[in-house]
Amino acid sequence: MPLERIAQVSGSAVYVPGNDIDTDRIIPARFMKCVTFDGLGEYLFHDVRKNEEGIDRDHPLNDVRFSGASILITNANFGCGSSREHAPQALYRFGFRAVIAESFADIFFGNCTTLGMPCAVAAAGDVSALAAAVEETPAAPITIDVEGRRVSGAGLDFSVNIPPAAHDALISGQWDPIAELQEGNAAVADRISELGYLAQGQ
Amino acid sequence: MPTRKTMGQNLFEKVWDAHAVRSLTNGQTQLLIGTHLIHEVTSPQAFGMLRDLGLKVKYPSRTFATVDHIVPTDQRVEPFSDPLADAMIRELRKNTDEFGVTYFDLATGKQGIVHVVGPEQGITQPGTTIACGDSHTATHGAFGAIAFGIGTTQVRDVLATQTIALGKLKVRRINVEGALSPGVYAKDVIMHIIAKLGAKGGIGYAYEYGGSLLESFSMEERMTVCNMSIEGGARCGYVNPDDKTFEYLRGRPYSPDGVDWDNAVEGWRSIASDDDCNYDDIVNIRAEEIAPTVTWGVSPDQAFSINGILPDPGTAASEAERLSIDEALDYMQLEPGAAIKGTKVDVAFLGSCTNGRLSDFREVAKYIKGHKVAAGVMAIAVPGSQIVDVLARKEGLHEVFIEAGFEWRGAGCSMCLAMNPDKLVGDQLCASSSNRNFKGRQGSPSGRTVLMSPVMVAAAAVSGVISDAREVFQVEQAST
Ligand code: SF4
Repeated sequence: MPLERIAQVSGSAVYVPGNDIDTDRIIPARFMKCVTFDGLGEYLFHDVRKNEEGIDRDHPLNDVRFSGASILITNANFGCGSSREHAPQALYRFGFRAVIAESFADIFFGNCTTLGMPCAVAAAGDVSALAAAVEETPAAPITIDVEGRRVSGAGLDFSVNIPPAAHDALISGQWDPIAELQEGNAAVADRISELGYLAQGQ
Repeated sequence: MPTRKTMGQNLFEKVWDAHAVRSLTNGQTQLLIGTHLIHEVTSPQAFGMLRDLGLKVKYPSRTFATVDHIVPTDQRVEPFSDPLADAMIRELRKNTDEFGVTYFDLATGKQGIVHVVGPEQGITQPGTTIACGDSHTATHGAFGAIAFGIGTTQVRDVLATQTIALGKLKVRRINVEGALSPGVYAKDVIMHIIAKLGAKGGIGYAYEYGGSLLESFSMEERMTVCNMSIEGGARCGYVNPDDKTFEYLRGRPYSPDGVDWDNAVEGWRSIASDDDCNYDDIVNIRAEEIAPTVTWGVSPDQAFSINGILPDPGTAASEAERLSIDEALDYMQLEPGAAIKGTKVDVAFLGSCTNGRLSDFREVAKYIKGHKVAAGVMAIAVPGSQIVDVLARKEGLHEVFIEAGFEWRGAGCSMCLAMNPDKLVGDQLCASSSNRNFKGRQGSPSGRTVLMSPVMVAAAAVSGVISDAREVFQVEQAST
């Protein structure tokens, strides 16, 4: 089953500032008590968006000017911490389709790619310029050209880095690797029979 | 002309090569995962995906399950009072039953934190690849395994194919040479490394820990070090296997035995990094430089010596650093230029996959005898597994803790991330032997975490404030 090719993502954007925003922040652990990912979007950034009484705090995602944004802009080491896929799932179910940041934590990056949600790495200066431009014109459509590794919109146009593996997977519609992994079944069985510790158990 | 000797390989390269099945079209490698560990939080959705695709678990004998994050540590009778937690344990039971996966459930006496259970059962072995939907999977690297944390979709991939798609990592060798001063522990070593190299320093790397200090470490100490690799950004961390590794594994339920044992040991020995191997980077640290270390902020690299002075955002090297110091001090309710020593503590938590093993409780018990937890401090000791609990009880350790005013609980993750009823309330400050000090990590959105070694947690518990355990417990310092 070929997946959709993700060659570009367009939409309005919102800037959530901060370095080292960890997955506990993106989706606090207490909302992970679930056996499906449905409904996680509601709890995205819960503890920074709501106060202890559940009332909205000042947060870009509570700002009506940015409602409907599908591109998240943020700073360095986004998604560090726990490997929970609940974090990218919460972003996706909230409505995000791509993230632009100065850098990403490894596991988070991989999890996003597997969901078909591109993560683009931009220079710090480009992130601040884009954040400022989006603040100025919140509705401005922003386009991530995944294939050409560029971001444009709101009067800006700059290049981003999308590592080759993710880049190729997204534009070829193979961001979910399951089909290709299954093609390797025979080779896997061979390798298992070669490896002592695995051969024994079979 | 003499033939040029080919360069040796490091352990990571050897294990990678042995498990690399083929190249994928995006350039990643299809990597065989020898051993797959699962728990109740990140697996239910993966089983759901498997069902949606109409797939089976391809090699059910290579997946092992336990329940750790959501189990209550006090009232362990089912149904759990939290219906969501109860639904999760039932789901795991259903999934492991339906797909024929070994499950260390509460009734087996082998339940515990997945990273404690694997080694304890001898499932964790040198030269293997291990994956688990949990970022602290690097713990298993202490045995010379390449162990990764993976996302839920990858859990599905392992269940369905016993493989994942992954790009090869670079390898950074971290040498720690020398001996630790009294009162300084493996936990301090890894916290020191993270503070030095940063929370992002390890992105793209596997960390190989070595040097005379690591060689002198017990397996449990090595596990503590490898456990926090992810806090330093490294997806996996490992120590080369040696006689200590083999001794630890001998006779465990899933360890090979008889002639298989001898063959296995021979194989394990050969998997260690060659003397002439290459590393992408090398870092050298002197053990004597390392002091009892505590975090002061909301990222694990915001850590310093217990005698450190809180940083001043005004003197930060960059705007980004100024912002993060400001944010951290504000959240932690600490003042720039002040000492962290003397900060009032509300809760003391001993446990987690970093420091919830028998040796941790033994070490603390040595010091808390004759001391009492300070008034107003809630102190809990949570064994990492049911087996740790039983062994500790056999030695009477639980009595030492209870006598000192700790609560001795049942096995689980507990307050490390508070998905069970063990939570901070409001802005309580917790002296914690766990591995993450993120905002809200311990269950309250404004709860504050200060990470430290178990003996330092005990010192905080009995003095009621963050303290230098060497002073509280009068640890003799070697004269120099
Ligand atoms: S003890 Fe903490 S870090 Fe370890 S597996 Fe449990 S929740 Fe994760």
